[in-house]
Amino acid sequence: MKIAVCLKRVPDTTTKISIAADGKSIEEGGVKFIPNPYDEFALEEAIKLKETAGAGETVVVSLGGDVAQETIRTALAMGIDRGVLLQSPGSADGLEVAKALATELKAGGFDLILFGKMAVDDYNHQVGVMTAELMGLPCITAVAHLKVSGGTVEAEREIEGGIEVSSCSLPAVLTCDKGLNTPRLPALKGIMAAKKKPLEVKPVSLGAGSLTVQSLQLPPERPAGRIVGEGPDAVVELVRLLRSEAKVI
Amino acid sequence: MPTVLAVTENRTGVLRKVSFEVITAARQLADLLGATVDAIVLSDGAVSGSDELGKWGADRVLLATHPDFHLYQPDGFAATLAAAATGHVAVLFPATATGRDLAPRVAARLGVGCATDVVGIGAEGGKVLVTRPVYAGKVLQRVRLEGSPAIVSLRPNTVPQTESGKAGTAVKFDVPAFTARVTVKEIKAPAQATLDVTEAPIVVSGGRGLKDPSNFKLLEELAAALGTAAVGASRAVVDAGWREHGDQVGQTGKTVSPSLYFAVGISGAIQHLAGMRTAKTIVAINRDKDAPIFKVADYGIVGDLFEVVPRLTEEIRKLRAES
Repeated sequence: MKIAVCLKRVPDTTTKISIAADGKSIEEGGVKFIPNPYDEFALEEAIKLKETAGAGETVVVSLGGDVAQETIRTALAMGIDRGVLLQSPGSADGLEVAKALATELKAGGFDLILFGKMAVDDYNHQVGVMTAELMGLPCITAVAHLKVSGGTVEAEREIEGGIEVSSCSLPAVLTCDKGLNTPRLPALKGIMAAKKKPLEVKPVSLGAGSLTVQSLQLPPERPAGRIVGEGPDAVVELVRLLRSEAKVI
Repeated sequence: MPTVLAVTENRTGVLRKVSFEVITAARQLADLLGATVDAIVLSDGAVSGSDELGKWGADRVLLATHPDFHLYQPDGFAATLAAAATGHVAVLFPATATGRDLAPRVAARLGVGCATDVVGIGAEGGKVLVTRPVYAGKVLQRVRLEGSPAIVSLRPNTVPQTESGKAGTAVKFDVPAFTARVTVKEIKAPAQATLDVTEAPIVVSGGRGLKDPSNFKLLEELAAALGTAAVGASRAVVDAGWREHGDQVGQTGKTVSPSLYFAVGISGAIQHLAGMRTAKTIVAINRDKDAPIFKVADYGIVGDLFEVVPRLTEEIRKLRAES
């Protein structure tokens, strides 16, 4: 089984974000970057599927700046066989990213292409499914439970108030949600091995796209709240405030 | 005249509330653009309430009926909407599990970008401008959509449904031929039917302060007393396996905007705050008076949640009984 995983380098979720001088991007100095947490579920699933199949190849593809090589190495240390960096500053338009990925993946002959369900930086939820559309492949998004057998995929995903059960045949694109698996941590042996695994760097240029970021702003500070009181005796006053002041109950 | 297309969502013949929010937002955008509103209903048969969508601002209601549309049919829905959207100035989807899957498919088919999970929508010089939270709401991004149509998905609970009394004339829309690459086989309901945290008007969330998964019963009782409320959870308790991931509020979980949010025994890690800071009113109950959650809470009670929460449930029940 030949599996590709698309990976994005993102700021750590615990990082405090500040806006850069241009007003359109974030200040990257001092920010810790990590592999997108949802992509880690995709990486783990790819490694597991190859282990189960007993043969095949896993490839990680990332679109980003040179610094994303470090993120790719993390994936290689987990156990992915080789990496490809599509070197580009990226785009605010997910469709442009999807076009570059589709072009790269088309020639690969992959049985399965895995993404995280979204990146925790831009919250787009779109590059995986757009890539599938451009390649004419079936796609199931936000998969939390997966069974691959005999060329068929059966997947479950959470929808509001239920679990949607879908199926499709391979080759396919899936985007992965939390709950699918528990991503392994790279072991020392893996980290050493990763240094010798192939990592190909290919410059790509993206189209202008149709989304223009005009500005980034910090959300308005919430007005200072107040401590209503201490212990259960404060409950009556809290209920009164919710009823007559906030008018929410 | 330009037209804005509002994509509705139904589950087995019943329109979901978010549909009315999307039509309301489409109406507001159409009024800015001097446009009309088409609402589209995709189903395998009659959908109750589709004849009343004029109430929320639809000038026309497009009925796209196909035997394969009993459940979500990703490829069929995408083909239908790509056909319906051609020539429209904008297409609005709900940013639900289905809408998030569908909007990018339609955008890719039409060769335009897509702004997902928007919380504000406007227009400037004939172009659609949106505000969307990024970095889990730590930052608000303003984006101009240059493509035509402008494709947008709207986060539930951000535009309150508003009546505007339009005609809502029903028009049959022919579903084009499509190849079904994915088949949705069934929807398994969870063990107990629960309200999703992203759609509930009130969310009661618990964290490590609850000490044991069985103690979430206290929050379930409070939620039941409040009426239409969902129980959420912090990442710590989801990672500990106490609650389902679907209940997690925060940067690697869900972002919620209810009118009332209770944070019970949650200290308020930055990634949790990012997921709930757009709630209208926040109440924090925590024994540590220095917990960061009190900085974003409108109302706080410092105290033992095991004493405060049952009392709160009792008071809410009393209030409900009176009103």
